[in-house]
Amino acid sequence: MAKRAAPEVNAGSMADIAFLLLIFFLVTTTIETDSGINRKLPPIEDQSEPPVIKQKNIFTVLLNGKDQLLVEDEIMEIKDLRQAAIDFLDNGGDGSCSFCNGKKNPDLSDNPTKAIISLKNERETTYKTYIAVQNELVAAYNVLRDARSQELYGMPFSEMEANHKDVNWPGNKVKLKEKIEKIKLDYPQKLSEVQ
Amino acid sequence: MSKFKKKKGGEIPAVNTAALPDIVFMLLFFFMVATVMRQNSLKIENNLPFADQVEKLDKKDLVMYIYAGKPSENYKQMGTEAKIQLDDSFADVKDIAGFIAEQRASKREELIPFLTTALKVDSDANMGLIGDIKQELRKVNALKINYTTKKGSVIGN
Repeated sequence: MAKRAAPEVNAGSMADIAFLLLIFFLVTTTIETDSGINRKLPPIEDQSEPPVIKQKNIFTVLLNGKDQLLVEDEIMEIKDLRQAAIDFLDNGGDGSCSFCNGKKNPDLSDNPTKAIISLKNERETTYKTYIAVQNELVAAYNVLRDARSQELYGMPFSEMEANHKDVNWPGNKVKLKEKIEKIKLDYPQKLSEVQ
Repeated sequence: MSKFKKKKGGEIPAVNTAALPDIVFMLLFFFMVATVMRQNSLKIENNLPFADQVEKLDKKDLVMYIYAGKPSENYKQMGTEAKIQLDDSFADVKDIAGFIAEQRASKREELIPFLTTALKVDSDANMGLIGDIKQELRKVNALKINYTTKKGSVIGN
């Protein structure tokens, strides 16, 4: 008896089945956002008396219910806030800061380690404006840290942090962590929110 | 001589579609791998604001999500004020403490200090609600928070 070849399976509709699945996944896919601004809330503790802070070391940012911005008693646009914060932080008023590039304005902060940014908002402020202001203030710190890190280690701060998180980075992470901590000590993020 | 017989018919041959399933499967696999199934179905409008100083949230399993925003079209009867959504239902500010405790109980003990609370809040919500949420989080000592934002310029807000 002659050997009979197995009949070929008709694969013509395979594409249709695959299309069906494809369309299902296309429709159900939602690209989730998983990035944002990290913050740390202050713990609740009953402070008997708040520490005395010189007025010039505080940078007050007020956001009212109509989303208007008042910075150090002057109305300001959000786009100017970053530069104003940088000027304040990097001022180096009393000369104790050896790496600051500021104008040494006597009305602004003495030293980045003493400088505090105080943010106050009202209940009616919209969330998007609040986020915009937070973003600009964080950006001011990041700009200064990047500049300091570039000067000391020839690499921006953001890159060092990215490397520290990257599991495939070949360098010495302990040393890198030390460098990051050093920069963080030079420009500590002191952002307080008034309740 | 039939050696130079003219080929019969001048029709264009049909396009070979044998590789079409392969191409479609390739796309299919891409979407299957890239898809993240939503954990919660949203009952609120959730149009996140933009920011550019963002950090990525890694370790997805160590994130607790709190949503807030106006009730969406299908839940009009809940009013037009911004509301909080925890898991799959509307919630009150005072429910947050219970929610956090529940989330903590479901994680291994040594991981609890690394838990982050991601606030996914609609850009039109007002800060009063967020202030309340933050106050509640401070009470239960869940201090690491993340304002989830889209990547973009703040001027677009």
